[in-house]
Amino acid sequence: MSALFEHGDELWSGFVTTILLTLCAYPLALVLGAVLAVCRISPVGPLRVAARLYVDVVRNAPLLLILVMIVFALPDAGLLISLFWSLVLGLGCYSAAYVCETIRSGIRAVDRGQVEAARAIGLPFRRVVTDLLLPQALRAMVQPLGTILINTALGSALGAAVGVSELTSETRTFNLESAEPVAAFLTAAVGYLAINLAVGLGTRLLERRVRMRR
Amino acid sequence: MNEELLFDALGPKARARLRTASIVSAVGVGGVLAAMLAQLGHLGQLDAERWAILVDGVYLRFLLDGLWVTLLIGLVATAISASVGVLLALGRLSARRWVSLPTAAAIEFCRAMPLLLILFFAMFGLPMLGVRLPMFWQLVLAIVVHAGAIFAEIVRAGILAIGRGQREAGQAIGLRQGQVMRYVVLPQALRALTPALVGQMVRVIKESSLGYVVGIAELLHSGQVLGDFTGYFIQAYVGVGVIYIVVNIALSRLAERLAERRGPTGGTVRPPRVLERV
Repeated sequence: MSALFEHGDELWSGFVTTILLTLCAYPLALVLGAVLAVCRISPVGPLRVAARLYVDVVRNAPLLLILVMIVFALPDAGLLISLFWSLVLGLGCYSAAYVCETIRSGIRAVDRGQVEAARAIGLPFRRVVTDLLLPQALRAMVQPLGTILINTALGSALGAAVGVSELTSETRTFNLESAEPVAAFLTAAVGYLAINLAVGLGTRLLERRVRMRR
Repeated sequence: MNEELLFDALGPKARARLRTASIVSAVGVGGVLAAMLAQLGHLGQLDAERWAILVDGVYLRFLLDGLWVTLLIGLVATAISASVGVLLALGRLSARRWVSLPTAAAIEFCRAMPLLLILFFAMFGLPMLGVRLPMFWQLVLAIVVHAGAIFAEIVRAGILAIGRGQREAGQAIGLRQGQVMRYVVLPQALRALTPALVGQMVRVIKESSLGYVVGIAELLHSGQVLGDFTGYFIQAYVGVGVIYIVVNIALSRLAERLAERRGPTGGTVRPPRVLERV
């Protein structure tokens, strides 16, 4: 246990790196995912095809392959980015595909009868979207988007496989140095549990705040 | 919901605008792709000899051997994690709190951990505690711990989705609690879950790429070895990526076909077998 206090700093800085990775990658995923979703439901053919292709490719490839490509293969293509930002880029691009699908299913969850009704009383397209579609779709998306945030945090653990010193990587080092596997892995587990609980609590609060009263 | 429902059929003006937008965006998308290819070509990454490694018999054979290991891990880990998932789901739904509470805690704990952390525990932690597993089983164990917990939640949702009328009907004809589960609820739930099981396999196949970390000769690791050996990393990883995507899309299609066959009710209501044959 005393080893824990000696190496606590490294574990803590690993935890902070994990949080930073998540906080940088998630907004990227949200923005890219929203753009992809707009492309996928737009009437413009080429954009629809391109977005669909992106989502199909990314969702069927392992995250580790994407990260390894960005870290070890992209430099061959003349693109040099630091390890941290490579990981952010990979995580963001990977989660974006899931954000896109979440947004699409959120929109599909809105009752089509409501849209028909809105159009029947003469609401123009823009107001159908802003006053009816988005408010309901966004509410339906709170929970799945929270899950994606958690998955992004868990995915950042793969940084340990490509050389970023985040929580999982620091835990391995700590374990090898201290030879106290139970203490090492339980500490890391507490870190990841904290992230999970925080996000879970956040989404639940948010969901309650935006719940519709009928 | 259909996107077409949102606006009226396009008039001639809007159609013309849409056509312009299509052409502009096609040029845009094409331009981005062309720029990427030009950059690659500029660095000599498009040379035929570099890409030839992907059609070379020996190298291809090597990658396919990797695919075989990936599929093997996929099958074994899916089978075990599915069984573990069903047991955990039953445990969590148990009426006895001393069973359901610890099971629920274990499921939530395992779901909250990154796979790589579990894998590191199996690789570095367990040997220190005196448990030595072969590399293959270290990876399978880690995947099962993680995927089993996730599958448990899927199975639980499937069981809860079976109408309570089914349960009550079972009790009405005098079946005990366990029998209702075994003969009435589980068979229906599991049949409806077949597509989810295939989807689970896609997930496990993606996760098996962590064999790269353990050093098992699965697909991603084979790609890395091929890249190391030839020095052509981009080509090796693109080849590996294409194999993953083809296999996983094929599996996803299979899952969709299975889901369609169950019909719109999702398989909760099905005619008895005898009627089906007629």
